[in-house]
Amino acid sequence: MESNKVLNAEGLACPMPVVKAKKEIDNLNAGDILEIHATDKGAASDIPAWTKSSGHELLQQDNEGETLKFWIKKA
Amino acid sequence: MAEEEKNGTTMIVFDGDLDKAMASFIIATGAAAMGKQVTMFFTFWGLNVLRKENVQGGSDKKFMEKMFEKMMPRGPEKLGLSKMNFGGMGPKMMKKMMKSHNVSSLQEMIEMAQELDIKMVACTMSMDVMGLKEEELIDGLEYAGVASYLSEAEQSNLNLFI
Repeated sequence: MESNKVLNAEGLACPMPVVKAKKEIDNLNAGDILEIHATDKGAASDIPAWTKSSGHELLQQDNEGETLKFWIKKA
Repeated sequence: MAEEEKNGTTMIVFDGDLDKAMASFIIATGAAAMGKQVTMFFTFWGLNVLRKENVQGGSDKKFMEKMFEKMMPRGPEKLGLSKMNFGGMGPKMMKKMMKSHNVSSLQEMIEMAQELDIKMVACTMSMDVMGLKEEELIDGLEYAGVASYLSEAEQSNLNLFI
């Protein structure tokens, strides 16, 4: 899937993936797509939870080996 | 929604243990990332989390205040653990394990909290009781009491005591 920006949060532990995601998405425009790569196992449910409560839209979620990938559309 | 939308998170950081302080800052930065207005209210032992490492409190302190100044931990690097402290060995082991799992240090979490505009408030009453002065605490704090905490809590749907 196409994205406007890729955030590499691999190797980062809780709460850094969501903190970085927040900082990164603040720099994007509404409708832009942020792609997040993370390896923290908690991110599998943390990123969707963050997306939901911050009002953005989770378009797709994927695993690639150890890496979790998310595509989020900014509200 | 029937209830007026509340978008705050507040936290009373009462304890000055490394593990509890870590938990507080993890929840606080997480909440800020989720778009919440976060206020952390530091009181009693929690104030030690905010102490600068190398600042003396001045000579106008009373005997007991000087004693407290010496005996209480100075800042994030000096805090003990609430369990398994083992006279200071526990925190060393914990920090090593945190590092190997890529968990940010407490110092980094505090800086991150300030970057995310988390409001950090020092309780002036407990500062007086324990003889801590503003210049002994890190910069960027607000100073207030119970009423300001409660008014923040009223606008929040998550209020924790740690």
